[in-house]
Amino acid sequence: MRKMMAVARKEFRQIWRDTRTLMTLLFVPAFFLLLYGYALNFDIRHVGLAVDDRDRTMESRALIAAFVNSGYFDLVASVDAAGTTRLMNRNDVGAALVIPSGLGRAVRTAGPAAVQVLLNGDNANTATTVMGYALTIIRSESARYRPATAPSAPLVSAEPRVWYNPALRSTLFLVPGLIAYIAMITAVVSTALSIVREKERGTMEQVRMAPLDAASFVAGKTVPYFVVSLVSALGIIVVAMALFGMPMRGSWLLLLVALSLFLAGALGLGLLISSVADTQQVAFQAALLVSFLPTLMLSGFIFPISSMPRFLQLVTYAVPARYFLIALRGVVLKGVGLEALGRELAALAAFALAVLALASVRLRREWS
Amino acid sequence: MNAITATDLTKRFGDFVAVDRLTFEVGQGEVFGFLGSNGAGKSTTIRMLCGLLKPTSGSAKVGGADVSRDPEGVKRRIGYMSQRFSLYEQLTVDQNIRFFGGIYGLDRERVEARRRFVLDMAGLHGREHTRAADLAGGWRQRLALGCAILHEPPIVFLDEPTGGVDPLSRREFWGLIDRLSASGVTVLVTTHYLDEAEHCHRLAIIHRGLLAALGTTDELKRLFGDRAIVEVHAANPVETMRLLDRMPGIEKTSVFGTSVHAVLKDDPRHSAPALKKRLEAAGVAVTSIDVVQPSLEDVFLEVVERAGH
Repeated sequence: MRKMMAVARKEFRQIWRDTRTLMTLLFVPAFFLLLYGYALNFDIRHVGLAVDDRDRTMESRALIAAFVNSGYFDLVASVDAAGTTRLMNRNDVGAALVIPSGLGRAVRTAGPAAVQVLLNGDNANTATTVMGYALTIIRSESARYRPATAPSAPLVSAEPRVWYNPALRSTLFLVPGLIAYIAMITAVVSTALSIVREKERGTMEQVRMAPLDAASFVAGKTVPYFVVSLVSALGIIVVAMALFGMPMRGSWLLLLVALSLFLAGALGLGLLISSVADTQQVAFQAALLVSFLPTLMLSGFIFPISSMPRFLQLVTYAVPARYFLIALRGVVLKGVGLEALGRELAALAAFALAVLALASVRLRREWS
Repeated sequence: MNAITATDLTKRFGDFVAVDRLTFEVGQGEVFGFLGSNGAGKSTTIRMLCGLLKPTSGSAKVGGADVSRDPEGVKRRIGYMSQRFSLYEQLTVDQNIRFFGGIYGLDRERVEARRRFVLDMAGLHGREHTRAADLAGGWRQRLALGCAILHEPPIVFLDEPTGGVDPLSRREFWGLIDRLSASGVTVLVTTHYLDEAEHCHRLAIIHRGLLAALGTTDELKRLFGDRAIVEVHAANPVETMRLLDRMPGIEKTSVFGTSVHAVLKDDPRHSAPALKKRLEAAGVAVTSIDVVQPSLEDVFLEVVERAGH
């Protein structure tokens, strides 16, 4: 125990002394959060709009005003058909509204009327979202002209309400993912590098000459990184709450438990890498590979797991961030407790135990 | 009882035999030198003796503990310092000492007492809070030695401990080793500096994993028997060597800095003046020509040659 403490104290001092490591651990995560938090936003606003108004009536102008006043569209130009193509090709506009002549008359006589919405489909996701906005605006405009005599509503109407994130702000959905992503990378990379650095500099060999068992050495090296990663992760959670309006509806204790289990798994992964890699460069790349890609792609952070091919879905079961994301979103957005997250916490614990066990077997073999 | 006993100690890496059936003993308090070129198997031997590497065959006992069966017991009895002076560079002198004290399991008072000892020994008073990275080579080397003997081990292994250190510091370092040995500590040291090897009580010359020669420096020098060594100082050593090689009665030659050593086939001590005449006849300006005692370098070359390249 005393030996383990000696290693831990030394490691803390080294982290403290090594400004680069300390910055990486404490500030880079928060900086990442700011960067990604503002850049990664799936809400679409200020779509450039071209208007080809061939009707030029009060009704057509009212429809255009409805588009602009929605806040989603900025009127870029009034054009003809050729102008639309040109603007669309140059990406000056993302949508065009073509109003055929006769709209005003058709509306006044309650006849059928159609307008055309052209969308720039070079980004399919954006186009889909913009189409949704346009249809909603047109539908609500057309409701205003409905004759009083007509049935006021369809027989079955849906009244959607989105729980936990009523405004469907994508930040609320993305920030928990970012927290998992950042915590994972810093924990894996820093742990892996700290041991491989000792191998590279020969201090590992020196320490192995002492009557010190592998367990004390590894535990002594892991504990400081665990503490620092935990502080850093809590830091980005606080930043997320302050800057991105992330709520905290559940229990801090539960969040701490989930975070600790997740970080323990990440540290285990870092140790595992350090038992294989002999140079810091290899360790760094391996650490990025096992932490960066799966956490970004296979955790449900950005891409829904349910829409992945079957094979990839199976792979996601081995990605700890998958469970941590559910737990984190559950605690902060839904305010649910252990009753809803037991499975995820168990999976995180199992992952942590498995990698830590594997890493200690491998490191012990290398030690003696 | 011997501090170190190695019996047929062997290490293979695949087909490569790094250490081949080494057998030797080191007495308590002895300074025992391992001499050999790079890759001769010195470090591998040390690592086996420290319990860090398992021998392929053969056995060794260090401080009474068997290196294969009880590597932990070996580690408690030894101190180890490598040519890399493996300290934690970002930590201060004090922090390094306390860390090593901690992993050796020393209690607080003992660490404090030993800390003072190390500061005294290494002359590091007033530098307690300097980062190890900022120390000059000699200081770092002495600090590394201090950390390696913090727990007062009866046996110390030094693997090329003087690499990259200035001559003055090297001399001081050997002073420390002499003091350790005088206090009863056994020191096994590897080096490829031949001048340093003279400090060792006994020397083992390792060549290609084999023990090529073993003995005190005087014993090793007797390998030449009756053959005399002639040292020639002349304007052009390389040219002189070429000429000597072609002369009868000369076994071999080698360049020693600005001079040439020629080993004569027998002991015609009177032949030095004759050699001088012949060289001068060939147009070499000979400054001096003397029969000299074999140096360790002569011994080393002789041993390596006998062992076969």
